[in-house]
Amino acid sequence: MRSGLSKEQIVRRAARELQNGFYVNLGIGIPTLVANEIPAGMDIVLQSENGLLGIGPFPFEGDEDPDLINAGKQTITTLPGSVFFSSADSFAMIRGGHVDLTILGAMEVDRHGNLANWMIPGKMVKGMGGAMDLVAGAKRVIVTMQHCAKDGTPKLLDQCTLPLTGQRVVHRVISDYAVVDIDPERGFVLRETAPGFTQAEVQEITGAPLHVEGAVGVMAVD
Amino acid sequence: MAFDKTIADADAALEAAGIRDGMTILMGGFGLCGIPENLIAALKRRGTKDLTVVSNNAGVADFGIGVLLVTRQVRKMISSYVGENAVFEKQLLSGELEVELTPQGTLAEKLRAGGAGIPAFYTPTGVGTPIAEGKETRVFDSRPYLLERAIRGDVAFIKAHRGDRSGNLVYRRTARNFNPMMATAADFVIAEVEELVAVGALDAESVVTPSIYIDRILQGGGYEKRIEQRTNRPKSS
Repeated sequence: MRSGLSKEQIVRRAARELQNGFYVNLGIGIPTLVANEIPAGMDIVLQSENGLLGIGPFPFEGDEDPDLINAGKQTITTLPGSVFFSSADSFAMIRGGHVDLTILGAMEVDRHGNLANWMIPGKMVKGMGGAMDLVAGAKRVIVTMQHCAKDGTPKLLDQCTLPLTGQRVVHRVISDYAVVDIDPERGFVLRETAPGFTQAEVQEITGAPLHVEGAVGVMAVD
Repeated sequence: MAFDKTIADADAALEAAGIRDGMTILMGGFGLCGIPENLIAALKRRGTKDLTVVSNNAGVADFGIGVLLVTRQVRKMISSYVGENAVFEKQLLSGELEVELTPQGTLAEKLRAGGAGIPAFYTPTGVGTPIAEGKETRVFDSRPYLLERAIRGDVAFIKAHRGDRSGNLVYRRTARNFNPMMATAADFVIAEVEELVAVGALDAESVVTPSIYIDRILQGGGYEKRIEQRTNRPKSS
């Protein structure tokens, strides 16, 4: 199949999930880039699970502070109103349902909302970091991912094949081909397709039935 | 009134703690941020072996906990993410090193509980995943939770920014991370600080770790504070 959205376009679509006043935790990789696309005039506070509310932009060269990093260990800055706390406090916020939204990547998502993104049997396992806590605790969990693996096999499945990161935790998937919600009863619900792709084409690369209710939209990517 | 818990250096602190082979040591830090550099160096010099180290990460090959892996002093790590460390990977695959991967929030709470007299707790984190294997699951209000045991260490290595001679501690920015919980969760707790001050010099409202948790405090030195991922924005933006 011809290629879908670029990473940058997935990021821009994901940024449309932000709402004014949200406290948001962004995972490492593509989700981190969503921070660059926060709509002008919208107030969002970014949480870093290593103990910071209010992540600022990357520092200018020479202004890096080794005592100030994000969860990806990158140097960052603070903003007016930023606050520091311990890892226990940080995960109390996360587990306690105080974080409005988390966006993170995935290797597999299934129609039950199960998520696999931390280990492949037989390969060196680096660890789950804070991902299991985030998906168990955030009010809303959105996954940004490639719809298919490099060999073309679907990553949105009837049942995850990899060990799970969380059970029944994903609310929405934003991929290079579609926006798909997970409904606890019906499974995958197709909300949007990438520009130029049909519902049937997206179904073809998805490992479980895509339900439709009402009109299917076109992903806004600019 | 306050006690003076200062000790000359990290080597003397390890001696005071009676550090010996086979102990479990808690080490603060997230990545290379907020790690007890002086105490790790002293532990390497001391050569203590068969250690279980509880730390969110395992350092890099030539810095942080990584240096204790090179010298084969660590038998087991309890961590949430062990990252890109070639030495670690090699020892894990050869079976020299054992790792117990623990979700980061569960690790933080295990330590908090360990220091607070709570032997175990229920958490929603990890239900239905490999880390739930062999653990009790219980449903509260129709949601399943895992029973997780607390962690306590024989010794804890804490890094703070400033501390007074009695052991009251203040941290700096995201270098706080796991240090405050670990300071509560070991039988013997050593803090190293960048600035050791007189009792009374810290703002009482701002102290994060109260002195009761600290057994010895030392003025650290020669901090390298290495940056793992130096990331910048262009001057023009």
